[in-house]
Amino acid sequence: MAVQRQIRVGKTWLSPKEAEKALREAMRAQEAEERAHGPHQSFWRHYVFSTDHKMIGLQYGLTALSFLLFGFLLMLLMRWQLGWPMRALPGAVAGLLGETAAPSGIIAPEFYNSLGAMHGTIMVFLAIVPLAVGAFGNYFVPLQIGAPDMAFPKLNMASYWAYFVGGVIMLASFAAPGGAANSGWTSYPPLSVIAEHGQTFWLLGMIFLITSSLLGSVNFIVTIVQLRAKGLTFMRFPFFVWTQLVTSFLLLLAFPALQAAAIFQLMDRVAGTSFFMPSGLVVSGEVQAYAGAGNPLLWQHLFWFLAHPEVYVLILPALGIIGEVIANNTRKPLWGYRSLVFAVVFIGFMSFVVWAHHMFLTGMATSISAFFQTTTMIISIPSVIILTALFLSLWGGSIRFNTPMLFALAFLPMFGIGGLTGLPLGLAAADIHLHDTYYVIGHFHYVVAPGTIFALFAGIYYWFPKITGRQMNEKWGKVHFWLSLVFINGVFFPMFIQGLAGISRRLWDGGMQYAHANPAFQTNRFMSISAFCLLAAQIPFIINLFTSIKWGKKVGSNPWEATTLEWAAAPSPPLGHGNFHEIPVVHRGPYEYSAPGSEAGFLPQHAPDPGPSPRELEPEPAAQPA
Amino acid sequence: MEMEIPYTVHERPDTGLYNGKLGIWLFLASEVMLFGSLFSALVMLRTGAASWPHGYEILNIPLATLNTFVLIASSVTVVLAWASLRLGDFAKGKLYLIATLGCGGIFMIIKAIEYGTKFSHGQFPRTNNFFATYYTLTGLHGLHVVGGMLVFAWLIWPGAKMWLHERQRYINRVETTGLYWHFVDLVWIFLFPTLYLL
Repeated sequence: MAVQRQIRVGKTWLSPKEAEKALREAMRAQEAEERAHGPHQSFWRHYVFSTDHKMIGLQYGLTALSFLLFGFLLMLLMRWQLGWPMRALPGAVAGLLGETAAPSGIIAPEFYNSLGAMHGTIMVFLAIVPLAVGAFGNYFVPLQIGAPDMAFPKLNMASYWAYFVGGVIMLASFAAPGGAANSGWTSYPPLSVIAEHGQTFWLLGMIFLITSSLLGSVNFIVTIVQLRAKGLTFMRFPFFVWTQLVTSFLLLLAFPALQAAAIFQLMDRVAGTSFFMPSGLVVSGEVQAYAGAGNPLLWQHLFWFLAHPEVYVLILPALGIIGEVIANNTRKPLWGYRSLVFAVVFIGFMSFVVWAHHMFLTGMATSISAFFQTTTMIISIPSVIILTALFLSLWGGSIRFNTPMLFALAFLPMFGIGGLTGLPLGLAAADIHLHDTYYVIGHFHYVVAPGTIFALFAGIYYWFPKITGRQMNEKWGKVHFWLSLVFINGVFFPMFIQGLAGISRRLWDGGMQYAHANPAFQTNRFMSISAFCLLAAQIPFIINLFTSIKWGKKVGSNPWEATTLEWAAAPSPPLGHGNFHEIPVVHRGPYEYSAPGSEAGFLPQHAPDPGPSPRELEPEPAAQPA
Repeated sequence: MEMEIPYTVHERPDTGLYNGKLGIWLFLASEVMLFGSLFSALVMLRTGAASWPHGYEILNIPLATLNTFVLIASSVTVVLAWASLRLGDFAKGKLYLIATLGCGGIFMIIKAIEYGTKFSHGQFPRTNNFFATYYTLTGLHGLHVVGGMLVFAWLIWPGAKMWLHERQRYINRVETTGLYWHFVDLVWIFLFPTLYLL
């Protein structure tokens, strides 16, 4: 005889279904009351100068997505010039750029240089890092560790606004006399010191961005260490929290080197010092009025001391997102969680001692090259461990092929290509041939574009229901995914071929002078067409993102049946300040999917042991009295 | 539901730290990297230069020695301020805070005299890389001193009312500011020999 399981709610006995419904209603009523009677906040306090980590996360997210689109558009201008050299831009675009930037519609070489420098700067410092850390980290780290907010809400707000001001300065530099910075995103002196005013804007903007990242990283580390819920030991952290923790340490300790370098370069430009200016520099036949005896390589060392860890700042949070999405959609714990964690921490340490592999061809001593080549080979080991563990996590899973998972699955081989093509660049001998060619561009774009950006897309589709209580349209999500995957490879794969053929990455005309590379050069037009199609492929995403806020399919608090706290222990959309009805207590590791003894197929981190079906929420199941 | 952020005032049992204290230590770690970069630059420029003047031939050692003592004294007074506040003696604590602020002020005045003399001799940052590093490093250090002084001024005057209703938090703020102040002092302890004595 089957026994009907019943649950006591208050004084009455209900079936599990009814009980769940009653509890949901009670929670909803409570939320409604909190929303209605919570402390009233003015528009400015709530939306603009907010101290709530979720609102700040959204501010970061929307600003960073705008910069991502803007940086992409800058690149499209470059691709126009590369695909169809010397052809005038369409009238409206040419009119927008003006006669200096594009005389009679043709992109001027100086402006092309500005586009390159600003594309790199904007994508790295204003789009990807703020999206991966500022937006995703801010929004989900406190929720995943069971914290009511960040440790320092006001610093959090200051961090966003410092970032915003830095962004405005960077944008304003396009209007500076002589245009925006045009010495590359690396700003190598002495070129950058004698460059036009845009470079000063660039340096000031960077100082704001570095301040923002300093405030943010201190806040993240303190929050993760101090505010984690009871029972949430370090080895119970969701993988995403680990990646954010290591990322914050990289930001905290690597950025000051660029701060110092930016101050020196600012002094060179404004106070006329010669930190980076060699003696007897002659430009256009004129001896420069600098005292000299400076060292241009000093800048490169300081810059890459930041910028190599920065590469890991770009990729680690992405790996964290991928870990969450894969565990959730394979319905299995991540394979080798401890190896993943140790690999991430080891990467964090090693990333500080590989920087000079960017400088093999600067005339640096070969013994130093040998050292940095060795460390570079060593750092590839933990990266391969991570990728292997993520691949193995797929084995034997009953995979749910939803949009976030598709992006995560595509991330794995794309990041694999990006990572493996990096090895020849890390070897000093092979780098002689490949240095400064399109091969380099192909390599790091495979890591960052179909790598990190795909991971960020996965994150957006995955966590959208958390933020809004609604799901993004799956059909258009898949359209967005497949088109993006095809076209992004169309843009970047030919770069490897061009690079191996020896085409320099810095040519305004795309390399028409390179007779020996003529066949490889012909792929430029194909790449440019792919780039424009890639833009078109983002239109479904943009429309989907905004329409789903209002018209997306309504879903419950935990639509993906996830185990981590942000889904399992907090309502979606989340509460205002405070996040949780009651701060949860954690009983187990992050990915107890298909765990023995879980009727629902997953055990949330905070469900008490031994767990009843989490769908039955708090009350203990009990047999009906005879 | 408004929820308090935990451990803003009292220690978390397993870490033994309140949030602000961990925060200031992390900030100082970042500062170590900033000044570390600045000092490495000095080393790289100096070792690579064809000629580099000795600091003791150009800079004013007696004034800098005086400044060293002033700054060390201020590190002592800030600890005394914290200790007095912990013992519940606000008047004495405030007095020590004012003494610390005063020492910072004296340090900056002496620094200004040094700068002024150099300027009057036509020695500017652009003169050569010795002066470039001298002005940049001591200038950034000076900015840190001014930043600390602003916080002390806040603690002495507008912030002091925290003593009445958030006593422990106020003491914590004095402690964390003190940690920062020791760091600023320590940077000078490195700057003084590398720039003036070598």
